[in-house]
Amino acid sequence: MDFSFSEAAKKRKETMRFVAEHLMRPISRQYDEAEHENPMEFFNTMWEASRGNREATKLTGDGKKNGDAPSENTLLACIQIEELAWGDAGLYLSIPNPGLGGAAINAAGTPEQRERFLKHFYDGKPRWGAMAITEPHFGSDSKQVAVTARRDGDEWVLNGTKIFCTSGQRALELSDGFVVVWATLDKTKGRPAIKSFVVAAGTPGVKVAKLEHKMGIRASDTAEITFEDARIPADSILGSPEIVTKGTEGFKGVMATFDATRPIVAASGIGVAQAALDVVKQTLKESGIEIRYEAPAHEMTVLERSVMWMESQLQAARLLTYRACNMMDRGERNSREASMCKAKAGLAVTRITQKAVELLGPLGYSRKILLEKWMRDAKITDIYEGTQQINQMIVARSILGYSSGELN
Amino acid sequence: MIDLKLDEEQQLIRETVRTFAMEKIRPAAHDADESGVIPDSLVAQAWELGLVQGSVPEEYGGYGQGSSAVTGTVIAEAMAEGDLGIAMHVLSPRLVIDPVLVLGSDAQKKAVLPRYCGEKFVPGSAAVCELRWDFSPAKMQTAARRDGAGWVLEGKKCLVPLAEEAPFIVVYARDEKDQIGAFLVPAGTPGMQIGEREKNLGLRALATYEITLADCRIPADARLGGDATPLLRRARVAQSAMAVGVAKASLDYAINYAKDRDAFGVKIAQKQAIAFMLADMAIEIDAMRLLNWEAAWNLDQGNDSVREVALARQYAADGVMQVTDHGIQVLGGHGFIRDHPVEMFARNGRGFVTFEGLASV
Repeated sequence: MDFSFSEAAKKRKETMRFVAEHLMRPISRQYDEAEHENPMEFFNTMWEASRGNREATKLTGDGKKNGDAPSENTLLACIQIEELAWGDAGLYLSIPNPGLGGAAINAAGTPEQRERFLKHFYDGKPRWGAMAITEPHFGSDSKQVAVTARRDGDEWVLNGTKIFCTSGQRALELSDGFVVVWATLDKTKGRPAIKSFVVAAGTPGVKVAKLEHKMGIRASDTAEITFEDARIPADSILGSPEIVTKGTEGFKGVMATFDATRPIVAASGIGVAQAALDVVKQTLKESGIEIRYEAPAHEMTVLERSVMWMESQLQAARLLTYRACNMMDRGERNSREASMCKAKAGLAVTRITQKAVELLGPLGYSRKILLEKWMRDAKITDIYEGTQQINQMIVARSILGYSSGELN
Repeated sequence: MIDLKLDEEQQLIRETVRTFAMEKIRPAAHDADESGVIPDSLVAQAWELGLVQGSVPEEYGGYGQGSSAVTGTVIAEAMAEGDLGIAMHVLSPRLVIDPVLVLGSDAQKKAVLPRYCGEKFVPGSAAVCELRWDFSPAKMQTAARRDGAGWVLEGKKCLVPLAEEAPFIVVYARDEKDQIGAFLVPAGTPGMQIGEREKNLGLRALATYEITLADCRIPADARLGGDATPLLRRARVAQSAMAVGVAKASLDYAINYAKDRDAFGVKIAQKQAIAFMLADMAIEIDAMRLLNWEAAWNLDQGNDSVREVALARQYAADGVMQVTDHGIQVLGGHGFIRDHPVEMFARNGRGFVTFEGLASV
């Protein structure tokens, strides 16, 4: 057991805190207000930094042991994202990188596909990868995919509409990036027919139809994408084009991506809540109030109690997240723990940031400081990569030993 | 490097203790709660596990297996999963051993520790709490005053476990410099009067007493070291670990019940209202445990851990109440009936916001 950071973790945290403090915070309010504008200087700086250190921008750990040294890639990714989200959660999501689409190609693509889409990703100008799953008529119920993929000669033809695609516009219009799209080969065949396809920017028939106006993380673009007879090469499919109705291994493979991404989403929320907690403690300190952790219960003020509650909730979420990362880095199955940390963090950071706004009164409510923004930014943690309730469902099935048929 | 899991030895300890707790302690829990009596044979069996003697260095008669706060939490949690009152009883020698090991001089260790390393269980005891609404260790009223070559203790204590049987009670009192001291008071010391056995909301299996200290004179070398506040932090970590054990007991019982109970044509565990409560319980228990491990790990690093212990205690004390209340709710009306242990888990769990010095790591 060890609760201390390795040298690599300390260094990562320090570096990312520097980026957060000096590159993100100064433009945080500006790009919250100017929704859908592009902070090009920030993008270019992050892009150049990423080229020099691609390992640092890798979104998911591979769980593989590297020689004798135990891997901590997932943990490092979480530490990095916590710090960047402490700077600004919306800007963090906007950093040009292969994103969740890249993670999917890494997980399900052939070596040739990885070479084609990822190897030269960092050449040239800033580029984004994105992932499109959600459609207007479904969110969590992902077997309802209605975007269709039809085989026509050497091509797949896509039709339909995707919504809530993070960085969709930047992947398709601002850069020559790509979007990984979930589509069905046959709507009557359910999950086994759902496949993912890599769609490159510039594909005719692919259009960014709309950008959402959101409560928080406004610096991040959230796109609606339409596909009208969009033709992509046959080898753009990730995995096999066969519809295997026996067993759900293929779909499970897709769902396993969440084991890596949920701790990362939890970490981003934790960063936002830490920012809120820091500003509350700093404000109290400037007013001469220090938290007396061992004060008698009947003498403790509401402020002290609230701050202690916030701190313990946040640390609980953080430790659950670290545990899920640890397991992934050891190559252990962590679906239950990934959902636990996500469910906990989503709710905790929502409440912590709400409490922070409450504690700072009119100052907390004012847009003169960033606290109100962090309350708006935190809420998405409780929703994307599986809502709190979806994750509770996964935890419940796991502890009860139930299948999705038995508990739904 | 962050590594949030037990090592192999700790896992083995956990499995051994938990097996004992579930196979031997749990079956005795109901009757012990009702009657207030813990069978001697059960206590003797627990003693044979060697958990207490193990932590004492060989030179003082123990097995010299070393002791860490983290391992202490592992033992406390697993034992309390069987039953809180019985766990506190069988682990009570730690209430004396731990303070002596942490703060005691060589002479004090030689005088006390071998007594706890024999073949038979010897109860330990500590007196921290005082029977007032506004009690807190920081506001301790029991006073220790220097008088000639010794100390004089004055005050009243409550929730003193096994006071009738323990050869020593470690009494915590405020000295003239406003520092909390730990004083080793042998049974039968004049001026220490042991009252009637207490009746409390929970913890009924454990014999606890009020004691009165009136002109209770003890020699100068009865004091263990200087500031005893670190001992109270260690106690809080042990208690929080027991809170995790109680919560876990409630969750597992509720899971088994919910998977067995039919309603509306399915098992109630198949209903989201129940399943989500169980999921929340599981998440909160893991959160409580991780926070408490962090506090214990920091103690083992030699850090004062003021913040970590305070946060872990607050979280565990709130968490065990929430979890054990859910436990009752899952069972519905049956949860209110004493044939099932979930109401007892909640009565026991309610104590953790109040308990001070009832366990040690």
